[in-house]
Amino acid sequence: MAKGDPGASTRGRRAAPRSRKAATGDPELVQLLTPTGERIESVTGPDGTEYRVDFTDEEYRGLYRDLVLVRKLDAEATALQRQGELGIWASLLGQEAAQVGSGRALRTQDMAFPTYREHGVLYCRGIDPIMPLGLFRGVDQGGWDPNEFKFNMYTIVIGAQTLHATGYAMGVAMDGKTGTDDGEAVIAYFGDGATSQGDVNEAFVWAGVFNSPLVFFCQNNQYAISEPLERQTRIPLYRRAAGFGFPGIRVDGNDVLATYAVTRHALDNARHGQGPSLIEAYTYRMGAHTTSDDPTRYRIASEVEAWQAKDPIARMKAFLEREQIADSDFFAEVDEQARREAIELRERVLAMPNPEPVTMFDHVYPNGSPLLDEQRAQFNKYFDSFEGSTH
Amino acid sequence: MATETLTLGKALNAGLRKALENDPKVVIMGEDVGKLGGVFRITDGLQKDFGDQRVIDTPLAESGIIGTAVGLAIRGYRPVCEIQFDGFVYPAYDQIVSQVAKMHYRSRGKLNIPMVIRIPFGGGIGAVEHHSESPEAYFAHTAGLKVVSCANPQDAYVMIQQAIASDDPIVFLEPKRRYWEKGQVDLDAPLSGAYPLHSARVARAGTDVTLLAYGPMVRTCLDAATAAAEDGRNLEVIDLRTLSPLDLGVVYESVRRTGRAVVVHEAPSNVGLGAEIAARITEECFYSLESPVLRVAGFDTPYPAARVEEEYLPDLDRVLDAVDRTFGW
Repeated sequence: MAKGDPGASTRGRRAAPRSRKAATGDPELVQLLTPTGERIESVTGPDGTEYRVDFTDEEYRGLYRDLVLVRKLDAEATALQRQGELGIWASLLGQEAAQVGSGRALRTQDMAFPTYREHGVLYCRGIDPIMPLGLFRGVDQGGWDPNEFKFNMYTIVIGAQTLHATGYAMGVAMDGKTGTDDGEAVIAYFGDGATSQGDVNEAFVWAGVFNSPLVFFCQNNQYAISEPLERQTRIPLYRRAAGFGFPGIRVDGNDVLATYAVTRHALDNARHGQGPSLIEAYTYRMGAHTTSDDPTRYRIASEVEAWQAKDPIARMKAFLEREQIADSDFFAEVDEQARREAIELRERVLAMPNPEPVTMFDHVYPNGSPLLDEQRAQFNKYFDSFEGSTH
Repeated sequence: MATETLTLGKALNAGLRKALENDPKVVIMGEDVGKLGGVFRITDGLQKDFGDQRVIDTPLAESGIIGTAVGLAIRGYRPVCEIQFDGFVYPAYDQIVSQVAKMHYRSRGKLNIPMVIRIPFGGGIGAVEHHSESPEAYFAHTAGLKVVSCANPQDAYVMIQQAIASDDPIVFLEPKRRYWEKGQVDLDAPLSGAYPLHSARVARAGTDVTLLAYGPMVRTCLDAATAAAEDGRNLEVIDLRTLSPLDLGVVYESVRRTGRAVVVHEAPSNVGLGAEIAARITEECFYSLESPVLRVAGFDTPYPAARVEEEYLPDLDRVLDAVDRTFGW
């Protein structure tokens, strides 16, 4: 499952796109791969930055593999919820390119602060994809080591993690870890709904004032559960950055190449000490908010169909085929790998044991508490009083 | 031994200075804590001596203070956050309750948030609204937080250092009306061997009734005990010091001797600390009690306008009235 970072060293590679297209289209949307899979060589952003990627064929194929795998594992998780094996699941369907593009743009030393839907970023960070399923199955509340993988625990309170990311980024700067090519950067994930939260706006203020090495990565998937974007904002979200004093840019979040290019650029600016920026990855939540939601109550089928035509995986496949970077054997092999990993994930989820009840008393405090010791002892005594208790 | 007479506020300042000296990861952050030294001058002079990366004037947003401090803690820092007044902590309540308190638990021990949240609390200074509140029950009710309060300069000096050195997230309640009270402080007292942070202590030994208090009400209870002695009643005063977890061993021992207990706090009585303490004394000391455990507390009103706060706050007479009532059963 693990693969290399396709963009760790892109200079001097071959593989400039073979189909070239002028930098046209929506001036407010950075795009390097059209919905039909046509490659745009480079795009100049509003501030004059030229966005391009320069991947090898193998790296292009690697990104495609990532997209397919995270979608398949996500679909398996949804199926597991439908069968009662997970309490709930927050699907990333439709947002694969935003997550893989930004996730692969991170360098090893960079730190990420996710919401609860960043399964694709989690995958890119090399974390076992079963981890979030433990959370949604209810056997734990996370499980991975945030510092080992440089990927914090999921945060369910909307927007709260943007402040954590900002503080962490302040610490990076205080540690003197910015200003060089191997400096550290931080990325904060959040959604369009979160932009209404006080915490997110406070994070914008803080990051601006302290010039923190931070990328605010907003996946605008158009809905906060049922509420459309118009209920959160009067202006395009990326333009909010101007009011806080740092750059904002909108990228086609269904375009893995553009998302990679824009995110890598913003992260590198941050690590070099040039401060924060906001990326609005313009995408669409193809599924429900979570498995408890019914999107047919608040959005029409034609809208979903229109976004279907912008699918992030279909356009990447069309590109790979057109440029003869991958053949049918490759696509079949990726599908087979995805199928195999999904089965493996399912088997491991079904085998996940429930935690021992008494473990609920663990890790409340690093230094413990006599009150809890007393309650734990009482709980054990009560538990053991039942005949046949194996506890 | 460098023993000096210091106000409680100066003792806190000295304790913070020592913590900054002892650990380069300690950072102080809050509104006006830099050049101004805080509105109560508790951080006076610290930014000048330790720089603006160790003593950080933050934007004016409490959730931002606590939320960014969480990130700094994950990065390996030990943030000491100042909330300017008790009534301004509520914008940060979500970050404190949902993030600070739960991070260690949710991560199954992989993350520590060694944060101290300093809050000047309580009334009695003639302040305008939102500047005199006692929010301790909100925090003591939250698993994952510890809550302490100091009542004298020596404890202020030692307890703030102990709280900063602890890996637990701690809400540190400072009795703002006592900031200017003076006492002897041993500035060379080593932390190792100091009286443990999460331990109650007998502040005045007695035999007839046990008075239980913390923070600003310890002084009130000591004064009440002095007055009662003139009437021939010998009151024991216990400074609880730690509100979560409560340390009630010394309390049970006392109540078993006196048979009578009165809990005193400024916070409203309804569902306050006094209710929990009374329930637990009743469970542990039932056969020793000569009367129910009584509470002397703020009333269940919003904190009133300053010109009537003297009538709202427990004072010597209300404490003595309750002591009298314990003899009425």
